[in-house]
Amino acid sequence: MDAELLEIRQHMGRFPPFDVLDDELLDSVAGQVEVSYFKAGSDILQLDQELHELCYIRSGAVEVRRRTGDLYDRLGEGDIFGHFSLLRNNRVRFPARALEDTLIYHIPETVFQHLCEADENFADFVELERPRLEAAVEEHKKANDMMITRVRKLLTRYPVMVEAGASVQEAARQITEAQASAALILDEPDGDPRYTFADSEDRPWRLRGILTDSDFRTRIVAEGLSPDTPVGELASGRLITIQSDESVHEAMLCMLRNNIHHLPVLYRRRPVGIVHLSDIIRYETHSSLYLVSNIFHQSSIEGLARLAPDVRAAFMRMVEEGANSQMVGSALSTIGRSFVRRLLELAEEALGPPPVAYCFMVNGSMARNEQTVVTDQDNALILADDFEPAQHDAYFLALAQFVSDGLAACGYAYCKGEVMATNPQWRQPVSVWKRYFNEWIESPTPERLLHCSIFFDLDSAYGEEAYVEQLQDVIATKAPDSPRFLAAMARNALNRKPPLGFFRTFVMEKDGKHNNSINLKRRGTAPLVDLIRVHALACGSRAQNSFERLDDIAATQLLAPGVGDKLRYAMELLSMVRLRHQVFDLQHEHEPDNNIEPENVADNERHHLKDAFQVLSHAQKFLKYRYPVPAHSGRAR
Amino acid sequence: MLSHRLTARSQGHEWPSYLQRRAAEVQDPSLQAFFAAGCPAPETPIGEAPLVALDLETTGLDVQRHAIVSIGLVPFNLSRIPVAERRYWVVRPSRPLSETSITYHHITHSEVAQAPDLEEVLPELLEALAGRVVVVHFRHIERPFLDEAIKARLGEGIRFPMIDTMSLEARLHRLSLWSRLRRWMRRPPVSIRLGDSRRRYGLPDYQGHHAMVDALATAELFQAQVARHYDPTHPVSALWT
Repeated sequence: MDAELLEIRQHMGRFPPFDVLDDELLDSVAGQVEVSYFKAGSDILQLDQELHELCYIRSGAVEVRRRTGDLYDRLGEGDIFGHFSLLRNNRVRFPARALEDTLIYHIPETVFQHLCEADENFADFVELERPRLEAAVEEHKKANDMMITRVRKLLTRYPVMVEAGASVQEAARQITEAQASAALILDEPDGDPRYTFADSEDRPWRLRGILTDSDFRTRIVAEGLSPDTPVGELASGRLITIQSDESVHEAMLCMLRNNIHHLPVLYRRRPVGIVHLSDIIRYETHSSLYLVSNIFHQSSIEGLARLAPDVRAAFMRMVEEGANSQMVGSALSTIGRSFVRRLLELAEEALGPPPVAYCFMVNGSMARNEQTVVTDQDNALILADDFEPAQHDAYFLALAQFVSDGLAACGYAYCKGEVMATNPQWRQPVSVWKRYFNEWIESPTPERLLHCSIFFDLDSAYGEEAYVEQLQDVIATKAPDSPRFLAAMARNALNRKPPLGFFRTFVMEKDGKHNNSINLKRRGTAPLVDLIRVHALACGSRAQNSFERLDDIAATQLLAPGVGDKLRYAMELLSMVRLRHQVFDLQHEHEPDNNIEPENVADNERHHLKDAFQVLSHAQKFLKYRYPVPAHSGRAR
Repeated sequence: MLSHRLTARSQGHEWPSYLQRRAAEVQDPSLQAFFAAGCPAPETPIGEAPLVALDLETTGLDVQRHAIVSIGLVPFNLSRIPVAERRYWVVRPSRPLSETSITYHHITHSEVAQAPDLEEVLPELLEALAGRVVVVHFRHIERPFLDEAIKARLGEGIRFPMIDTMSLEARLHRLSLWSRLRRWMRRPPVSIRLGDSRRRYGLPDYQGHHAMVDALATAELFQAQVARHYDPTHPVSALWT
């Protein structure tokens, strides 16, 4: 690599889609850019102008508009534009103007095409939103694969490096200070450029060897060497290293083959970290099944509450190991239901057997198998029809209270909307529940619609499952034939709008204003869940999980071809970003929430989020058109 | 101040004839070709002039004691800087490399030991500069060092018009009424160093003291200066010295 291009290549290498390119490809791009400066307010691309280059923002800010003049997007450092035009007919579709003084790197079309051919990830990124989203989701699925993950991903910090002249004691001190378990030994270059690298101050060095914890035992203490021995005297033999873009799998093989526990990782010739065997072992999958069996072994609320940290740990592991949102959601829902069941068993032990049959119904995310670690309880009791309030309700209130308090102790917050079995309105015989559901569908009011969006995700957690099934029947047979209800649900699903996207460290709203955080549940996953539910109700689906609902929707002609897939990828992406954000919070010992701060979102994730919000926004527009308010509706307009 | 600018202006119009005269005088064929290529006519709009940004790294600032270690250049115009056309050479300095200069521009003994003498790269260098207006940041390095180094090797020196982005900044920040006010108020003068000047135009920080990077940085700065303060129709002779 020509050192003189380092400025360009290192900058591009930090931003998608260039961050995924291998080094040689990146070098070839950096060597081909053309640079130009645009004063704030000047045009960069004009509508319908012929275009044969991709534009990369090195510094400054750019505003992209639609043909109509509406704001389409605001871009900052590291963003690209012009690719839509390159992929179409080389005519600018979205004019661009410098919002601030801006330095642009222009990448010739030939280079752009070469990148699209040579690198699948690059091609996916610059394609339209669906393939890009798809790629993001697929990539995440594969992230766990040791064959694909590059070893640099395991590196968390720079290696400790000591000069050959330093004493063993000094090396030990530095290793201890850095809480590391090894250090690299550096020496003056010996003239052979193959072993010479430059440090961050561009001083040339030769990598001589590695000194590990066990060397202190076997080669220093056991041999009775003085602490003043220069570490250079210990460096011997050939040093085994690996390149940073090799796979984790290759790193593991290399360690096994050479019987070593520490493997220095190099970028070209420069050391960038040391991988320890335990880093790789930690990368392997663990099971969270033990947690469920543990729940059923507890004999008190206190015992169950002690498992709350384990739930969070299992959650973090799953996300880190690359589980998709459906896997995480169903695992956490299973864990949640296990808590509910065990609490009910304990409640029945304490209160005695129930006077009449009942079903403990769970609603919301637990019913949909989409639970995360940030969740509150949505539940209700469906009682047998021979339920006599005066005689029996005291028992069921106590039962509900026991479960509700128990869940709260285990980390499931009380429902702010009182959608809990402790609320007498939601502790009713099955016939009353059926009447509720019928009324809600037949004459929807704003309050009833709110109930629908909670109770129409329903599942049995314990007891007479048949009761919940009967209610599911009511919904599945009645909803598809109730256009007024569907129209009302559709309008309800439009209450929460996704933002336009991101600009720098802000969330950009449709009106061009900025926010510095975004509730990803309220603005992303929840509106998507609502939207998918409307379609599912329309096609009589009995599925509760959003992805399963999409399967049912796909079996009908309700959505145009491809739209279902777009929704699926948007759902997966928004869910995963939300889950990863919660993991991030947990890792940093914050209380996890749904509020993501754009500055904490990786650049490529920002792009994907932008796409997902677009998908949601388009789908919302379609909803109003697909479920119109019927003309013969009895209600005045 | 005024008289200085007037002489600069009148000198600007003499460059084509100066280069023509030198073309007839010099003996060395590559110097001859360089001078024969001349320079754009003084009234050429800056937007149409072929430009080349040039930067030298030297072992120090004194032309009598120090020497050139690397040369970077990139041809450009007001709308584009094609990085692919950049040229960069490390050359063996005629005088020894000091430790401080190594830490300064990161060129090591071993690199220099393998490098050619300036004389070997001279034909390529002159060809890359020929016919273009050379843009530098602080001409008082590039001009005397090139002249001295070429004189030492070919027995004949070299001079040509240069646009100095540093003196353009000085015109804006050192000669203005505002800057005189600042001086009168005993405020420190605005820095016109490359990095500081770039920051004023919203240009990113580059790691300095690499001849190629500095040449690119200078080209970008000049594009920015023209975009903000001049007009592409401005004659080159008003900017070169």
